[in-house]
Order: sequence, then structure tokens, then C-alpha cells
Amino acid sequence: MPNPTSNNEPIIRFDRVNKSFGDLKVLDQLSFDVDPGERVTLIGPSGSGKTTILRLLMTLEHVTPTKDPAKDGGVIWVEGKPLSHMEKGNRLVVANERHLRQVRKKIGMVFQSFNLFPNMRVLRNVTEAQVHTLGRSKDEAEVKAKELLDLVGLSEKVDNYPSQLSGGQQQRVAIARALAMDPDILLLDEVTSALDPELVADVLGVLRDVADTTSITMLIVTHEMGFARDVSNRVMMFDRGQIVEEGAPDEIFSDPREARTQDFLRAVLAE
Amino acid sequence: MNSGWNNEIASEIFPMVLEGFWTVLKVTAVAGLIAVLLGLALAIVGRIAPTPVRRPISGFMQFVRNTPLLVQVLFVWYATSLYINPEWSAFAVGSVVLGVHYASYTSESYRAGIEAIPLGQWEAATALSLPTHRTWFTVILPQMMLRSTAAVANWIIAMFKEVPVLFAIGVIEMIAEVKQYQGQHYTGALEGYTLAGLLFLAASYPVAVMMRRLENRLAKSHF
Repeated sequence: MPNPTSNNEPIIRFDRVNKSFGDLKVLDQLSFDVDPGERVTLIGPSGSGKTTILRLLMTLEHVTPTKDPAKDGGVIWVEGKPLSHMEKGNRLVVANERHLRQVRKKIGMVFQSFNLFPNMRVLRNVTEAQVHTLGRSKDEAEVKAKELLDLVGLSEKVDNYPSQLSGGQQQRVAIARALAMDPDILLLDEVTSALDPELVADVLGVLRDVADTTSITMLIVTHEMGFARDVSNRVMMFDRGQIVEEGAPDEIFSDPREARTQDFLRAVLAE
Repeated sequence: MNSGWNNEIASEIFPMVLEGFWTVLKVTAVAGLIAVLLGLALAIVGRIAPTPVRRPISGFMQFVRNTPLLVQVLFVWYATSLYINPEWSAFAVGSVVLGVHYASYTSESYRAGIEAIPLGQWEAATALSLPTHRTWFTVILPQMMLRSTAAVANWIIAMFKEVPVLFAIGVIEMIAEVKQYQGQHYTGALEGYTLAGLLFLAASYPVAVMMRRLENRLAKSHF
């Protein structure tokens, strides 16, 4: 199987990806690349397919139809290897759970509604997958967890349950939990949308620190345009499952070419 | 024929009723364990097994829920003694039938508890690539227990009160003891059944109160 991303390869490649939910086509032959270390913000109206892109990368959704990826379903590549499919002989076949488990270890995701495990204390939320997915020792995982909880400003909350924390604090734990897995790619899905306005700044501050101090590739879905402008190298404007326009943040935010981008930004900035 | 309450008969019949009550407790322990564990296994299988496995199990459970317990007890008792092993005790057969019968209800309570867990919990476990068994045992089941414990406990209390059905196949529980006494002495029904009722109440009421307390405590827990 020829590897489409062999030299100076992009870390993420969407190759003619289709995704439908029933009759609703969410992504239509979508192709794009993301380079290692790039921070890409996906913007666009609701239903434009931004979150679906993140969910496909996290393998929470699967490319459709998948019977003949060469012809119709499209393939997602991560670090030069197929994510949605696996190589069998010289063909690509739909990935099984074992393959998905391997490839998604490189990817971390922070969700809009945090999704911390409510039955575990903060420390265990951050150590559980380190121990049981990555095979780290409990001590090693705890050291790493404490470092990261310190980074997100929650070192004194290690023994609390998520329900004892504010939304912003829970989201910071979720960021620490994702970073604890040493992901090469971090997916941020509207991470401040469920927060009260006064808590947004803390979460964005933590993410700015992560962006400044690491080389993790980030795909960000957000309505926080200031944050997107500060953190990202590239902004992609989506509508109906296709890229309408893309470019550097200054270009897109200050001088958008497409009418749909102009309308969207006007609507968002008026909120 | 004695038509009124007689203290002498009551004190004579009480040790027999108590012995029958001990049998009821033993049946409840065995059948309860089956109902709790099999119900949990069925709920998990219902979630993870492929349709060809799930359908027949679900059909069987529907059948169990929709036919009378007494019919099931009698059918299994006669069927096992005719076709499998006539030596099996009524206690063993009765306890298993009762346990399986109530597992069909507890599995529904567990299922509801699992379905009440937000999808985001499963997605977070997937995003962290947690092994399937870890997802079940450390993420899903503890949260499910919080939601299902009270309902499952209520089924066990209901089951406890149905143990006298096993009288039909000769398990000597309280009702059978009273019947035996009545057969020998032509009296004692009022005293025996009253004492049996009081013993049921004495056992199930504190359990119900404890369960209510546990429910309140779980509701106030941090997750």
C-alpha cells in the first residue's frame, strides 16, 4: 500500500472523507492536512461538521460508508498510518477495535462537558488511563498527574471529587487528564462553551500555556475568537461539511474573503 | 376446631414457624445471590453481546417475566426430577428458579442504571483507550450501582416475600410448617399465619428502612 504521507508527512490527513448520519451528509469528500505542531482552529456555524472532524479523529465516529475506502468512504491518516482503516495485504479494510485502541493512544480529547469520571477523585481521574492504558506504574502515574495538576493550578484539589469542583476547575482537570497521556495530537471541542463566563479565562489561560510550552498538534473547535487568534497558526472556516476558506488567523479574522465567513464572524462577534 | 387466638398454641407453633423462617432466609440468600449476580451478568451481556446472543436471552427473560412464578417452580421441579436428576432437593431447585425469576427483574434495573449513565462517560473512556474491562469495572459499574442499588434491593425484598411459593414443591418454610401443624392438630392456622406474617414484617421492614437510608446516603455522595 503506498503511504500517502511518507516524507515530511502531515500528522493528520483527511483524504476524501465522507460522514453521514442517516440521510444527513455532514462531511462531503473532505480533504485537508495538518502539520506536526500546528494549531488549527475550526470555525463555522452549528452543523458544519467541525465537531464531527474531532470525533472522527478520536474514533468516536467512523467514516461512512467504509466498504470501499478507495472509492467512497475516504480515509483518515494519522502520523502516516491509517486511523479509520487498517492495512491488510495491499488493501485497506475497516479498522477493528484493536487497531483503533493502538492508533488513538496518540490522540487526546477535551470535551465540552468535561466528562470526568464522577466516582473517582481528581488524582485518580488523571492516573487511571496512565496506569491501565499506557502501563505506567501507579507511582509514576501519580508523579505525572501531580505535575500536570500543578500546571493547571489544581494541586490542592487532588483528593476532591469532580462534583466538588467548579466547571472551570473540572475542565482544567480534564485538560490534565488528556495531557497525562502524552498525546501527539490534542483535540479541544468547545471546551469553554459549558462554562460560566467568569471561568472561561482560567481554562483558556491553561490552554495558552500548553500551546506555548509544548509542541502538541492541536485541533480546536471554539467560538472564542480571541483565543483562536492568539493560539492558532491556521483557521479553517467550515460550512456544510466543506472548507469554505482557510488561512492565518489575522487573514481570516481581519480580512475574510468569503461572504459566508464574513457573515459567520459578524454573527459570532455580535454575541 | 379452634376459632379464636390461643396463646398456648401460638407458643407451641412458634418454634416450628421460626424453623420455617430460617429456611426462608436460606432460600433468600441463595436465590438473592443468583438474582443479583445473574441479573448483572444479563445486563452486561445485553449491552455487549452481538444480536444473535442477545435476542434469545432477551426472549427467555421476557418469558420468565410473563409467566407465573408458581408455574415455573412446578414445571422446573417436575421437569428436572423426570429428565435430569430426581435426587435434586426442592430447596436447590426452588432457590435457583426463584433466583432466575428475579434475575429477569434485577437485570432490567441494572440495565436502566447503565442507560442512565451519560454517553460522555463511555466516550471519555474510549478517548483514554481504557481497556473494556476497566471501563466496565471502574467507570460504568460504580456509577450504575449508585442508580440501581435501591431498585435491586426492592426486588430482593419482593423475592423474600415470595419464598412461600416453594411450599408447592415441598420446601418446608413457614407456611409448610403451619400446614403440617394444622394437619396434625386441626388447629393453629390463625396463630401460625399471624406469626409467619409478623416474622416477614420483622425481617423486611428493617431492610426496607436500611435501603431507604442507603439510598439517601448514596444520593448525597459525591458522585
